[in-house]
Amino acid sequence: MKKSITVFGAMAATMIATSAFAGTLEDVTARGTLSCGVNTGLPGFSLQDDKGNWTGIDVDVCRAVAAAVLGDATKVRFVPLTAKERFTALQSGEIDMLSRNTTWTHTRDTSLGLNFAGVNYYDGQGFLVQKALGVKSAKELDGASVCIQAGTTTELNLADYFRLNGMKYSAVVYDTSDQTREGFEAARCDILTSDQSQLYAIRSKMADPTSAVVLPEVISKEPLGPVVRQGDDAWFNIVKWTLYAQVNAEEMGVTSANAMEMKTAADPNVKRLLGTEGDAGAKLGISADWAYNVVSQVGNYGEMFERNVGLKTPLAIARGLNALWNNGGLQYAPPIR
Amino acid sequence: MADPIQQPDVDSHSKTAIWNDPTFRSITFQVLAVVVLGWFFYTIFSNTLHNMESRGITTGFAFLDNTSGFGILMSLIEYDETHTYGDTFIVGLLNTLLVSVVGIITATIIGFVMGVARLSKNWLIAKIATVYVESLRNIPLLLQIFFWYALMRTLPPPRGSIQLIQDAVLLNGRGLYMPAPVPADGFGFVNIALLVAVIASIVLVKWTKKRQEATGQLFPAYWTSLGMIVGLPLGVFLIAGMPMSLDYPVLKGFNFVGGMRIIPEFMALWWALSLYTATFIAEIVRAGILAVSHGQTEAAHALGIPNGPTLRLVVIPQAMRVIIPPLTSQYLNLAKNSSLATAIGYPDLVGVFMGTTLNQTGQAVEIVAMTMMVYLVMSLSISALMNWFNKRMAMVER
Ligand SMILES: N[C@@H](CCC(=O)N[C@@H](CS)C(=O)NCC(=O)O)C(=O)O
Repeated sequence: MKKSITVFGAMAATMIATSAFAGTLEDVTARGTLSCGVNTGLPGFSLQDDKGNWTGIDVDVCRAVAAAVLGDATKVRFVPLTAKERFTALQSGEIDMLSRNTTWTHTRDTSLGLNFAGVNYYDGQGFLVQKALGVKSAKELDGASVCIQAGTTTELNLADYFRLNGMKYSAVVYDTSDQTREGFEAARCDILTSDQSQLYAIRSKMADPTSAVVLPEVISKEPLGPVVRQGDDAWFNIVKWTLYAQVNAEEMGVTSANAMEMKTAADPNVKRLLGTEGDAGAKLGISADWAYNVVSQVGNYGEMFERNVGLKTPLAIARGLNALWNNGGLQYAPPIR
Repeated sequence: MADPIQQPDVDSHSKTAIWNDPTFRSITFQVLAVVVLGWFFYTIFSNTLHNMESRGITTGFAFLDNTSGFGILMSLIEYDETHTYGDTFIVGLLNTLLVSVVGIITATIIGFVMGVARLSKNWLIAKIATVYVESLRNIPLLLQIFFWYALMRTLPPPRGSIQLIQDAVLLNGRGLYMPAPVPADGFGFVNIALLVAVIASIVLVKWTKKRQEATGQLFPAYWTSLGMIVGLPLGVFLIAGMPMSLDYPVLKGFNFVGGMRIIPEFMALWWALSLYTATFIAEIVRAGILAVSHGQTEAAHALGIPNGPTLRLVVIPQAMRVIIPPLTSQYLNLAKNSSLATAIGYPDLVGVFMGTTLNQTGQAVEIVAMTMMVYLVMSLSISALMNWFNKRMAMVER
């Protein structure tokens, strides 16, 4: 079984060396590709089409890091992982970073030997219900059977929510998102719960999408973001600042289309971002035009959002919490100086 | 070289030094091997834990006392999300044991029936058994599990339940619902009656054996025992005025509540494991019976022993000697294969503990080690039990 192999791989790898993982940047540069752990298949976040091309906002985070480090956004090897496999894959060194709709929580940050490098999508947990049941609110769900995916924060939030509201439930736990959806479609359970952004994607994959409705309640905070191994601060900084570069670029109006001409813009902030002034790249140990490569090849944060999950995509998600801070959202990046 | 004269208490024929003594040597080397092996594993384990610690990964077994915070679909003990990770271990363990034990029992029954059926002189029966064995034995178990689970998925939702017995036994996509017996005052007498019947049966069987050895007279002790074990508690139950009520499942909100329920994940796994393993058992049984030479049957008949006792007293005991050792490995296989449960969401040890608990705590090394220990102990116990059974069945030379 693949799972146990990853687990044993982790054990074996941990036994062999303590500090072999310090130089992720050197490893990636020497190898010439970035190994990035992504979701096995989640529309808008990480999905492989029949030609083998990956798309999604999580996938683009990997590409942005590759552009910053290697100067080429295509130099990524995507490693599809289930929820249960993801942390072991990162701990064992199988991947250089994890970008798989992973919620930043205290336990994960403090006890897994990992660090969260930021938030590329602010999410929250919601419910998908069989329309025939006529349920209008999550408060009416006492006694329901719930389909859910193993190894997620979703499992814990669900228990908390029902306990808090004095309701009972029975959890049917599957390994993959497809199994979870099939269980829901076959009426093995009354509700399916997951991060809200995914409910629409899951519903769109159903044989009859109109037979299910998304309830209004959002029961948790799910800040999703890229993860790296603890103890490699140089690499941590690169992933963190790649995200910030995209957010800063959006704020300054730098896009993939105008990045070239913006290099000579009057604003010193833009100049520092695009590497025509200052030494931001050198301080990260990468080339001066790192952020220029990110924005010109992958786009700024807003472009990345709209392309993958925005209103013009099948998911049709509004910016909401993911708007820039000066636009009523939470996306805020420290200045590059 | 030691001089034997200086060691007057040593037997005169042991002229060699102690390190040349084969018994001493073999014991020393064995002890040494165990110590080295133990040290080897200890080093690996403590080294791993140390390295993980220094990388900021939490280690140790303290997590077992923390609140789990997640629900589990099916539990044989009382469990909810306020219990600990230690409890999730027990819940998963019991679910694994349940499906293994029930699976072993049904696989044995089906396997013996099919094994004998393949040898049947009735062409149709023999062919049916052959087709069953040859087809199911050659389809991967995981596919069979998926097949049964897919079949379960075609069942209707709770509101459209199939009424197997009106309002009492129901089948739907959430499982098979049955009334649950609730013992009332006075049910204790029934239990006492059962105990008395069991003790009486044991005494009866012993007495019958003794009498048969002394006088050669036969007595149908097993049938009488069965009658006592069923009849006595039933009689007491009726006399005591049936001190028991039934708790029927009723549709309340989304699901049926009350009664007993067998979840579809359990049924799919149980059937798949039983039907798959039974094919191998059938072949073992067939081989075992064929291994007893026909001369044995003829000899028994020549002594005037009728057909039934010939099978029971001559053929089966000899066949069992051939059957038991390979049967043991089938039992071991079934117990280990039960870990495929995760594929369909049956909450066994691997799914609950090595799955969810491992993921929520991140303590892979401890959890994988505990899980491996469980399968090791389980397998060794099955082996030990079957070895004991094998010894009892082995040829007693008189
Ligand atoms: N954000 C949550 C949930 C992440 C997660 O794995 N979500 C599931 C759906 S609830 C998913 O992405 N499944 C897709 C797949 O495994 O293919 C976490 O980090 O634990």
